Amino acid sequence: MLEMIIIAAIKVVVVIVAVLTGCAYSTLLERRVVAFMQNRVGPNTAGPWGLLTPLADGLKLIFKEDIVPAGVERMTYALAPVIAFIPSMLAFAVVPFTSDFSLFGREISGTLSDLNIGVIYIFAVTSLAVYGICLAGWSSGSKYSLLGGIRSSAQMISYELSYGLTIVGVILIANTLSMRELVAQQDTVTHWFIWRQPLGFLLYLTCAIAETNRAPFDLPEAESELVGGYHTEYSSMRFSMFFIGEYAAMLAVSCVGTTIFLGGWQGPFLPPIVWFVLKVFGCMFFYIWLRATFPRFRYDQLMNFGWKFLFPLALLNTMVTAFFVLWKG
Amino acid sequence: MAESKTLNINMGPQHPSTHGVLRVELEVDGETIVRAKPIIGYLHTGIEKTMESKLYYKALPCTDRMDYLAPMSNNLGYCLAVEKLLDIDVPEKVKYARVCLAELTRIGSHLVWLGTHALDLGAMSMLLYAFRERELIIDIYEACGGQRMMTSYIRIGGLAHDLPPDFNARVQKVLKVIPQRLQEYETLLTRNQIFINRTKGVAVISAEDAINWSLSGPMLRGSGVKHDLRKANPYSGYEKFDFDIAFGTNGDAYDRYLLRLEEIRQSLRIIKQSLDGMPSGPYRAHVPGVVLPPKEDVLHKMESMIFHFKLVTEGFKAPVGSVYQAIESPKGEIGFYITGDGTPIPRRVRVRPPSFINLACLPALCEGRLLSDVVCSIGSIDIVLGEVDR
Repeated sequence: MLEMIIIAAIKVVVVIVAVLTGCAYSTLLERRVVAFMQNRVGPNTAGPWGLLTPLADGLKLIFKEDIVPAGVERMTYALAPVIAFIPSMLAFAVVPFTSDFSLFGREISGTLSDLNIGVIYIFAVTSLAVYGICLAGWSSGSKYSLLGGIRSSAQMISYELSYGLTIVGVILIANTLSMRELVAQQDTVTHWFIWRQPLGFLLYLTCAIAETNRAPFDLPEAESELVGGYHTEYSSMRFSMFFIGEYAAMLAVSCVGTTIFLGGWQGPFLPPIVWFVLKVFGCMFFYIWLRATFPRFRYDQLMNFGWKFLFPLALLNTMVTAFFVLWKG
Repeated sequence: MAESKTLNINMGPQHPSTHGVLRVELEVDGETIVRAKPIIGYLHTGIEKTMESKLYYKALPCTDRMDYLAPMSNNLGYCLAVEKLLDIDVPEKVKYARVCLAELTRIGSHLVWLGTHALDLGAMSMLLYAFRERELIIDIYEACGGQRMMTSYIRIGGLAHDLPPDFNARVQKVLKVIPQRLQEYETLLTRNQIFINRTKGVAVISAEDAINWSLSGPMLRGSGVKHDLRKANPYSGYEKFDFDIAFGTNGDAYDRYLLRLEEIRQSLRIIKQSLDGMPSGPYRAHVPGVVLPPKEDVLHKMESMIFHFKLVTEGFKAPVGSVYQAIESPKGEIGFYITGDGTPIPRRVRVRPPSFINLACLPALCEGRLLSDVVCSIGSIDIVLGEVDR
């Protein structure tokens, strides 16, 4: 029993550190990739190839003064970044990072916890993040933040539905809600669910971007309209909580997408964990690429797109899949 | 306390998308704009008044600082006005060089507009691409006048110096590079569904309204009014050049985007013609007492030296009278109204700034629309606050 607890604790620490490092280096990746796409150099001075930039950024943010504007709702204001940050971290609890392996003679599972309802759990916890953003917008006492908060709640609620529907197809085919089981079913490249659910995958990507408030769906931030949206009034570590939260959410949806559609850690030749990281950062690269290319949606267009285009398509995808599953028995 | 259903938002003067220190007082109902009121004056530097206290030729650098994205156009407008007052004719080469520079300026200004407008809509990369191309034009300014932004290169009666030896090669490079890059911009934006959604049917102004608001430049032509001072009232020899007036039909932000891209293409045509037809000759008119004599003469001839000395210290006396000279700047009609009273200092300098007059229609463009459209409208008008406030 004690041994199990110790192993679990070590795994938790390893995953948290890995995810936080992943977030930090995603920021560097984003800045370098976007810079490359925009004919710039990007951050390259701190350490070789700018590899220490995330560390320098983190240190800087810690040492910054924490400015709390007058007229904020203090309790909520302090709590909001945490609420935005925690759910995206929680999602990693059920992600199968690698195959089971043995270390010091003990069999260790590649997942923190193998919930039999892993998929539902992920969707449940990640949708909590919207509270952080809403509350931040509301408690800041700034009009721009308020608008950002309102936009964000409307957007996330609208896209939550399609987001959930996009993976129903896969679940119907796989007949399981366990993330481990999903990966186990995609043992060869041809069995990846992306081939059986191509529309589902595209819809998932789109909804995931909207869920994580990234360009071209970054309306809650919209720096050219709302200055910074919900985090306008935040500074120092509180701001960086939002920032890490956003990148953790991006990583989380990339991990989930990889697990559900791209075969998780399955892949030839390379060790499983390498495949997993490669696929996840492939998704991240796609995110960054979109950001460098597309203009931003307008509020009403975003709603139209979500309700009149994505949602019916996701519904159709689900129905067609269900029909085939029934038909084939 | 009466319950208020609307929210007042102060957009600016420190806001990333108001293109400087414009402040817009917005009354919003949710995301819908009920009332928008542009408030200006945060960059008021009294340029017109300053010009009225300086010698005619010393007032020239003030014009650079109005529309700092199109310095050559402003220089040209002011110089043409003073030349009209003095009744000076400039050599043919000067006319060609001025046209070439004014059109390069138009391209540079439109590139900045394109970049910032796209940035306002969220397409960040476009800004950096546009600035990359503008760099070529800025380099030409630097080669000509030594300055990259506040050029003051076009002077009363001619140019500050002769065109640099590699002028032709540099401009040829612009002619070669810009069309390819325009193609790239088109791939990125013109058929981009999000961009079309954001700009089509946004910030619409009808031809009638555009005329009533006294709009000029792309704001006017975007609504389908074919009015371009380069054709309607040619100056600096524009009548010799073959080009088309670009115009839109719907008067929305998308049409103005297409129109400005087309204007860049037409400008390239004009530049090519001006390079091909550039005659040789002096780069200044020979008007002793008004235009500086050549430097070699100043060093070797007594009369030239005296003229030089007197002109630099005392300036020249302009006749009594008023002139108005307008040119087609990248933003629209920029006009200079100058009153001379027989002294070396203008009695009155009044500028008709296109940005200021175009900006006035902002409430009409965005009332009843969404918050994001305000940003698109401001971007689409293409304002430079230095010119709005002066």
